[in-house]
Amino acid sequence: MVFNVLLYTSLAIFLLGLIYKISTWFSRKIGISAKNITTSERILAAAKGILGVIFSSKILILIKVFMLDVVLQRRILKENFLRWFMHMLIYGGFMLLLLMHALDDVITVSLFSEYYSTLNPFLFLRNLFGVMVIAGLGIAVYRRFVLKVPRLKTNAMDHYVIIILAVIMISGVLLEGTKIMSHTEFQNMVENWSGLVDEKEIRVLESYWIQDLGVVSPNVKGPFDQEVLAQGREIHEMNCADCHSSPKWAFTGYTLAKILNPIALTLDRAGSSNVLWYIHILACFFGLAYLPFSKMFHIIASPISLLVNAVMEKDKSDPANIATRQAMELDACMHCGTCSLRCSVIMAFEALGNEYILPSEKMPFLKTLAAGKKLSRTELRAIQEGVHLCTNCDRCTVVCPAGINLKELWLNVRENLVQRRYPEPLVLSPFSFVRGLNREKPAPDEYSTPLETARQAVAGEFDLLMEQDRHLSLKDGKLEGLGQRPEDNTFAYCFGCQNCTTICPVVGNYDNPEKALGLLPHQIMCCLGLGLIDMASGPRMLWDCVTCYQCQEHCPQDVRVTDLLYQLKNLAVKNVGKALGENPK
Amino acid sequence: MMKYALFLGCNIPARVSQYEASSRAVLKKTGIELVDIPEFGCCGYPMQNIDQRAFLFSAANNLALAEEAGLDILVMCKCGYGSLKKAEHIMKEDGDPREEVNRLLSEKGLKYDGKIQVKHLLSVLYHDVGIDTLKSKISGSYKGLRLATHYGCHALRPSKITRFDDPVAPTLFDELVEITGAESVDWTSKLECCGAPLTGVNDGLSIDLTKKKLTDGKKAGAHYLCTACPFCHLQFDTVQKTMVSHNGNEEHLASILYPQLLGLCMGIDKETLGIHMNQLDISGVASFLT
Repeated sequence: MVFNVLLYTSLAIFLLGLIYKISTWFSRKIGISAKNITTSERILAAAKGILGVIFSSKILILIKVFMLDVVLQRRILKENFLRWFMHMLIYGGFMLLLLMHALDDVITVSLFSEYYSTLNPFLFLRNLFGVMVIAGLGIAVYRRFVLKVPRLKTNAMDHYVIIILAVIMISGVLLEGTKIMSHTEFQNMVENWSGLVDEKEIRVLESYWIQDLGVVSPNVKGPFDQEVLAQGREIHEMNCADCHSSPKWAFTGYTLAKILNPIALTLDRAGSSNVLWYIHILACFFGLAYLPFSKMFHIIASPISLLVNAVMEKDKSDPANIATRQAMELDACMHCGTCSLRCSVIMAFEALGNEYILPSEKMPFLKTLAAGKKLSRTELRAIQEGVHLCTNCDRCTVVCPAGINLKELWLNVRENLVQRRYPEPLVLSPFSFVRGLNREKPAPDEYSTPLETARQAVAGEFDLLMEQDRHLSLKDGKLEGLGQRPEDNTFAYCFGCQNCTTICPVVGNYDNPEKALGLLPHQIMCCLGLGLIDMASGPRMLWDCVTCYQCQEHCPQDVRVTDLLYQLKNLAVKNVGKALGENPK
Repeated sequence: MMKYALFLGCNIPARVSQYEASSRAVLKKTGIELVDIPEFGCCGYPMQNIDQRAFLFSAANNLALAEEAGLDILVMCKCGYGSLKKAEHIMKEDGDPREEVNRLLSEKGLKYDGKIQVKHLLSVLYHDVGIDTLKSKISGSYKGLRLATHYGCHALRPSKITRFDDPVAPTLFDELVEITGAESVDWTSKLECCGAPLTGVNDGLSIDLTKKKLTDGKKAGAHYLCTACPFCHLQFDTVQKTMVSHNGNEEHLASILYPQLLGLCMGIDKETLGIHMNQLDISGVASFLT
């Protein structure tokens, strides 16, 4: 009764959760490309897409991907053998336990008419599968906490999954162990299954179970006569063995029973089997009910992501389906960290310390963002920097074990984030190269607004400083905020020959370069010489510099002009952070 | 057999895979073995605008990885080459930046003592393989093909650091082009920037610079541009394609990657060289082959 109430309650929560989660795939909007597509359009497009695939040759691709990437998990194997082995142990063991043990009334019984949970091979297999999961969990803990795989971050959800699985497995093994030892269990079984009534016979049988099969009895104690044991064995084989294999086959429980032997009676009196049974099924039901809301949901979403991405073609797919897929992909991420391990810009993370540079750490935030929750300004700025500090090398997409099309996700989210009001200096660097290659896609003002916002921010107070009647205070010597290398002081050698400006292709491109660029290269060097660092770090010239090094190459005084412009840009970026009230990194 | 750690950078695998494929095919013919180091990351180039530390960490990490493998680096990108050379330079001078990088590297079990060299694909072909060996591998040659070689800024300058060729009158690339029988034309903006660094930042200016180069190249009578850098190539290929479509498909000057040019002379098939993968059609180049 209690069992059924709990089962159906958790199942109902699970199903409602599932429906809710799947509904969010059609309702949540990520980035700007999903902006004008309604939920019903998305549902319709998905149905059309799915039917189109099922009734076409693409079904063969689906079958292939299902076998290789979902069942055999080829993508994880390619990445790392230990990880693949770990995941196969957990997922293989758990799925087999689910099918054979948890759903035995439904599946195993209908397949094997001889099924008893106490009979081999089921008894042995249950233990084997259990050991697989426990070994897999062991490797998971080892990787995360001992080996400390680089950039594999462990968040609350990762802890939860390890804990819930561990509770289910360990309570299961303990339950089996205590049942093997339990005298109460033994009595129940004799009463309900053996058909024995004769007290003496039962006593002989009990002796055999105590001696050979792990039961601990409060009444009967060894050592036993060989004859009694032989008799007991005979009774066992006649009355028990048909539906109960030797508990030794339950090797995990049996080993535990041997270890716990000294306290067996206490445990039995305390009704530990009962308690453990409750812990075991409550943990299972909790895991089931919470599954759609936890990282474990990836067991549903990741295969879907793998299958969907295998058949959706770039540039040919319905935008409605792309929107749905991207919402779904957020659930497919299981925070395994492969993307971060292979990310090209991980060293920028080491330098800047912003976790959102790591792709795996961006995903949970994108979930929050897609769910429409408010993010603080600091978080938004950090995630914005993280999303922009990306060379679009696409390696994350290539290696993702869930087949998530991360590169398109970033492109989409980047466009959305950059339209918010915070200036992002990164758009003024070669990180914008791919955005530039795709500049035809966004609307013209959507394309240029972020660039203008960033330009204004990095300019600081340049326009004010350039006013004619402005009072300026001059300094000389080494300038605060410029780099620490000796080369960063070479501006002092400038004698104003203007070679740098004359040779500059950017300057040469304008009829009135001073108006277009604010200050010209030689003027910037001059500013530095006068200690006008705020003025030097403000002109448009810095950000329109193509870094071709013509100026530096042609300087007769060996002033490192281009490298100094780099230093000034770095300074301007830092000042943007300061102006927004952030701590310098 | 010469062996190098291949540094592809970020653009090539994602957007110019024909450059990788054609280079691998050509280098195989010349007896060079390439080793892939999957841990290689960003060269640091795009980070220079933002944070010099992030740039140096990124670049030096790659240097250390190659040193761990005991291999010289073969870089295929000019910007990547410039970045790694700059980092190599900084890592050879005393000072805080070097100390900080060394600390970080040692945490990761890496170190960099400057034992390996950074080389561009073209330098490897020119200096390590050599003009004579290259000539001996060529089975056909071009006749009447005129090419405008584009050197790429970050290989040439700052010359004290990059040491690629004479920064004012370089000949390395021209010589490499001419062994194929093609003529390397003299053109005024040969050593200028392609405009790629400003793509996405100031597209108007970027296109102005590109246009100037294209006009100059055309004026010199070139049939194609020849490049050996993914940024320059994407600028002359993908970006020029949008320019061409905006101008009502007027005449253009397509870019051929050097290993594609060389590969055809070596008898490597067009599919392997990815001739069809360039955005602007370059298939006409084969008609010059004799």
